[in-house]
Amino acid sequence: MAAAWLICALCVTTSSGLAGQAVAAQGGANPAAASAAIPRRIVSLIPATTEMLFTMGAGDRLAGIGSYDRFPPEVERLPRVGGLLDPSVERILSLRPDLVIVYDTQTELKGQLEGAGIPIFRYVHRGLPDITETMRALGNRIGAAAAADAAATRLEQALAAIGTRVAGRGRPQTLLVFGREPGTLRRIDASGGYGFLHDLLDVAGGTNVLADLKRQSVQLGSETILARAPEVIIELHYGASVRTDRLDAQRLVWNALSSVPAVRNRRVHLLVGDEFVVPGPRIVLAAERFAKVLHP
Amino acid sequence: MVTVAAFGSLALAACLLAPLAGSTPIRLAVVFDRSIPFADNVDAQIFFVARLPRVLAAALVGSSLALAGVVFQALLRNPLASPDTLGVSAGAALGAVLAITFGADFSVFGVSAIPLATLAGSLGALAIVYGLAAARRRGASTMVLLLAGVTLTTLLGAITTFVRYLADFTETLQTVRWLMGSLDVGSYGPIVAALVPLILAGAGFATLPRVLDLLSIGSESAAARGVNVARAEKVALASASLATGAAVTLAGPLAFVGIIVPHLVRLLVGADHRLVLPAAALFGSAFLIACDLVARTAFAPAELPVGVVTAVIGGPVFLWLLFRRQ
Repeated sequence: MAAAWLICALCVTTSSGLAGQAVAAQGGANPAAASAAIPRRIVSLIPATTEMLFTMGAGDRLAGIGSYDRFPPEVERLPRVGGLLDPSVERILSLRPDLVIVYDTQTELKGQLEGAGIPIFRYVHRGLPDITETMRALGNRIGAAAAADAAATRLEQALAAIGTRVAGRGRPQTLLVFGREPGTLRRIDASGGYGFLHDLLDVAGGTNVLADLKRQSVQLGSETILARAPEVIIELHYGASVRTDRLDAQRLVWNALSSVPAVRNRRVHLLVGDEFVVPGPRIVLAAERFAKVLHP
Repeated sequence: MVTVAAFGSLALAACLLAPLAGSTPIRLAVVFDRSIPFADNVDAQIFFVARLPRVLAAALVGSSLALAGVVFQALLRNPLASPDTLGVSAGAALGAVLAITFGADFSVFGVSAIPLATLAGSLGALAIVYGLAAARRRGASTMVLLLAGVTLTTLLGAITTFVRYLADFTETLQTVRWLMGSLDVGSYGPIVAALVPLILAGAGFATLPRVLDLLSIGSESAAARGVNVARAEKVALASASLATGAAVTLAGPLAFVGIIVPHLVRLLVGADHRLVLPAAALFGSAFLIACDLVARTAFAPAELPVGVVTAVIGGPVFLWLLFRRQ
């Protein structure tokens, strides 16, 4: 499944040299070839860009996808070529692609593809605005600028509509947890004040209780949660191994922190879905679900 | 006796003072104010739910790893031996990674799936090592056991890597977190559960001081002085492995404590195991409590992996002691 953004985020933060550069990178090591033809056989290693291609009506141009693509269902028939850490150059080359969408941190892969003369589109991701920016850049690159712009505009309008709806309704202090050891309150990972999950929470009318920590991922102890006293706790569950039958038991674990307002007022919400970890077109759905629990 | 008392006061002071410090200021008067219901008392919850279990876990894990390190180093007559040497930690890691990757989510007597799998993994590795030790031909050197342990560690490590390769990104993150080690046990349940193997291990350790003194000279001379070498080695192996398994189950892998604390203590008190064993247990406790205090406050409100702190603090201190002595 597709929490690829997590690892991607880690890689991106280490390469701080990228910080000032335009977010959605331009594709093409070989500008002449890139501008010459409209790509027809695209390999996308990233779930978010795969979903974007389908949204802009270019899904049928995909020749291969990454290990973690699960959406839309059409991806199941496509050959897989590895992921962020284990891309198979051999399999990518065998698909004879005319564009490969890679994580910008995949330095080795980029070198190999450039060596083989295959154009690439480098994917960099940080916050919410990057999503539509990437969509438009990708659309431009594959000759579907109008469709991509329309899809991106729809997405921006949908997010803006959610923002308008929740405006003026109070912004509950919210802890957004995306990882924890099952059955205990150990090894908790939560969203800091940076990244698309933080931005989505903001759009949906919540205040991130960890907003002052400018990182995508913060490892927390229970002391911090007790001290910050969030009014709402949203815990995300995603991936192939989610046990929906165990969600109630997982929610009960939070009762150990009974002084936390979210626990006392039964505002601990466990949300299941892959839309929370793929920074693609489905973030509208994620924002809707945040808004629904923040402003019932 | 004075030495042990000194180490005892150090450990006691650490246990008493560490829960008072943390990323959030709390008032003791409020913590123990019975007029506020516990469910509403943030200070009391920070003290009793967030800090005290951690400090207790650090005390237990620190002393277990230090004791296991002393025993392994004496038993294998190798200064580089540690609680990880014979594969118990590697077995525990495999158990944890399997539980995370296959989404195990159940609990037995309040202990959740990952600690249970960790304990099972360490006991499995212990059984293999124990079997190898028992099958060892009479008179074969402990070198055989050491090599077998190193091989087992590598083998289990390779299987762990394979399982991690199969895992999803989401599970990979959890695995990485587990492998970093953490003393934030979240409740008293895991501590109580770990007490069972720890008490068994402690009973084994209690029989060892004199035997280890003799064994560290050599098994022949120990046998000549009336030590049942085979039996003593098995007791030492089983108790040190149990202690390691319990410690890894509680905290994940914390490699540094078990190899450096025994040496630190020997530099301070000499080689007599009647002193080294209790001193290592007490110093190990105090050391890990202090390291965890740094881990939970240095970058507060975020947490630092405690394994980073043990190495960063312990390494230079050890090097200083080592070179000052020479």
